[in-house]
Amino acid sequence: MTAPVPISLDVNGERVDANVLPRLNLADFLREHLQLTGTHVGCEHGVCGACTVRVNGDIVRSCLMLAVQAHGASVQTIEGLSDSGEVADLQAAFRDRNALQCGYCTPGMLMAAQDLLKQQAEPDREQIREHLSGNYCRCTGYQAIIDAVETTARLRAGRQP
Amino acid sequence: MKASAFSYARATSVANALELLGAHGDRAKVLSGGQSLMPAMNLRLISPELIVDIGELAELRGIAVSGDVLSIGALTRHVDLQRSPDISAHAPLLTEAVAHVAHPAIRNRGTLGGSLAHADPASELPACMVALNATVVVRGSRGERRIAAVDFFKGIYETGLSADELLISVELPVARKGSAHFFHEFARRHGDYAIAGLAAQAIRDGGLFTDLRLAFFAVGDRPVLARAASGLIGVPITPAVLSDAAAALGRELDPQEDQQASAPMRRHLARVLMRRCVAALLGRLDLDAGERT
Repeated sequence: MTAPVPISLDVNGERVDANVLPRLNLADFLREHLQLTGTHVGCEHGVCGACTVRVNGDIVRSCLMLAVQAHGASVQTIEGLSDSGEVADLQAAFRDRNALQCGYCTPGMLMAAQDLLKQQAEPDREQIREHLSGNYCRCTGYQAIIDAVETTARLRAGRQP
Repeated sequence: MKASAFSYARATSVANALELLGAHGDRAKVLSGGQSLMPAMNLRLISPELIVDIGELAELRGIAVSGDVLSIGALTRHVDLQRSPDISAHAPLLTEAVAHVAHPAIRNRGTLGGSLAHADPASELPACMVALNATVVVRGSRGERRIAAVDFFKGIYETGLSADELLISVELPVARKGSAHFFHEFARRHGDYAIAGLAAQAIRDGGLFTDLRLAFFAVGDRPVLARAASGLIGVPITPAVLSDAAAALGRELDPQEDQQASAPMRRHLARVLMRRCVAALLGRLDLDAGERT
C-alpha cells in the first residue's frame, strides 16, 4: 500500500489523472506535478497561509491536505482565479496600495480575501482582519492589505473607494 | 518538513475502518480533516505506518435533533457547526466557541471528532463537550461504548479511545429553559491556542444558578470541570461567595508552565474568567470588579 495511489480530480477546470505517493501533500502535488507554482509553501504546518487554495469551493491549507484526499475534488489555485479574471480587481487594488513587497504571501492573501468578499459584500476592517488572520505577511505590516481588500469591497458594491 | 512515508487506505465504511484499525492497532492513525494530524506528521512528531482515511464516510457526518438530544457526527466540520441553525438553537455555546478555533481555512477542514480524538488540552471543543455534559459515542470490533465527556479526556493528547476504536458521534442534551452559556479565552492573537479559556453552561432560576458547569481549558492536562463551581449553585452570589469560589478554583487547578505563561499567571487568568463568567451570566457587572486575590 506504500505504492502510488491513482487519483483523478479537477484542477482549475481541467481534469487531472495522476499516480501519487500517499505522503505527497496537495501543495507539492500542485507545484511539482502540475507546475502550478503560484501556490506557495511556507511553514508546512498550517500556520502561515501561503499555500491556501480552494477545494470544492472552500479555502483550505494545501499543506495540510494529502493529494490522495483530493481525489474526486474540484481544486482552484491562484492561477485559476487569476486567469479567469475573478480576482483582477483585487490584484489591481493590491498593486495600487502596495499591499505586497516580496509577494510570497500574496497568492494566499488573495485566496483568503476573495473568500471573504464572496461571503460578505462589505466587510468592515475588523472582519477583514479576522478573515485574513490565518495568513502571515512579513513585509507590509498588513495595513495596506486591509486597505486593498476594503477598497475592492467598496468598488464591487458600486461605491467610491 | 514533509511527512515520512506511510501506507494509505481509504475506508469504505465504518466496519471497514474498524477492520483496518483492528488489524494495525496503534501503528495506524485515523485521518479525518487532518488539521492536527497533518502538522504533527509534517513536523515528524509522529510517523504512522498506515493512514486510515475516514473522510468519505458520509454516515459520520451531520447534525440531528431527536427529542431532547442533539447528535453531531464525528466528521462534522467546524464550519458546519458554525453555520448550523440547530447548533445555534440548541447548543449556542458551540457556535460561539468555534469562531475562536484557528482560522477559516482550518475550520473548513477540521472536524469535531478529530478535535476530540486529538485531545489537545488547549483546544476549545473538548472543553465545550465537558461543559455541555456531552456523551462521546465510540465504536470498536466489540461494539459501541458511550463515554461521558468528562471521563473521555485522560491527559495531553490522551483519551479513552482504544487504538482499534473509532469516534462516531457526540450527543448533547438540548439547551433547557433558563440555560445560558459563556465562552471566553485569552490568546496572544485571535486564532492562536488559548493561554487560558473557559466554556461554561448554566441554568438560572431567578438570580440563582441551579446548575453551573465551568470547563476550563489550557490550564491543565485536559479540560477541567471546576469543582469550585459547586459553591455558586443555589446560593445568592455575593462578592464574598464569588471570592471564595475563585480561591477554591485557584487551589484546585494545577496549570502547566510554558513559554506563553507561568502557572500562577494561568491560575490568575482562570480566576478572572470565573468572575467574568458569573458576572455575565447573572447580568451583575458589580461582581466583575477585578481580581483581588
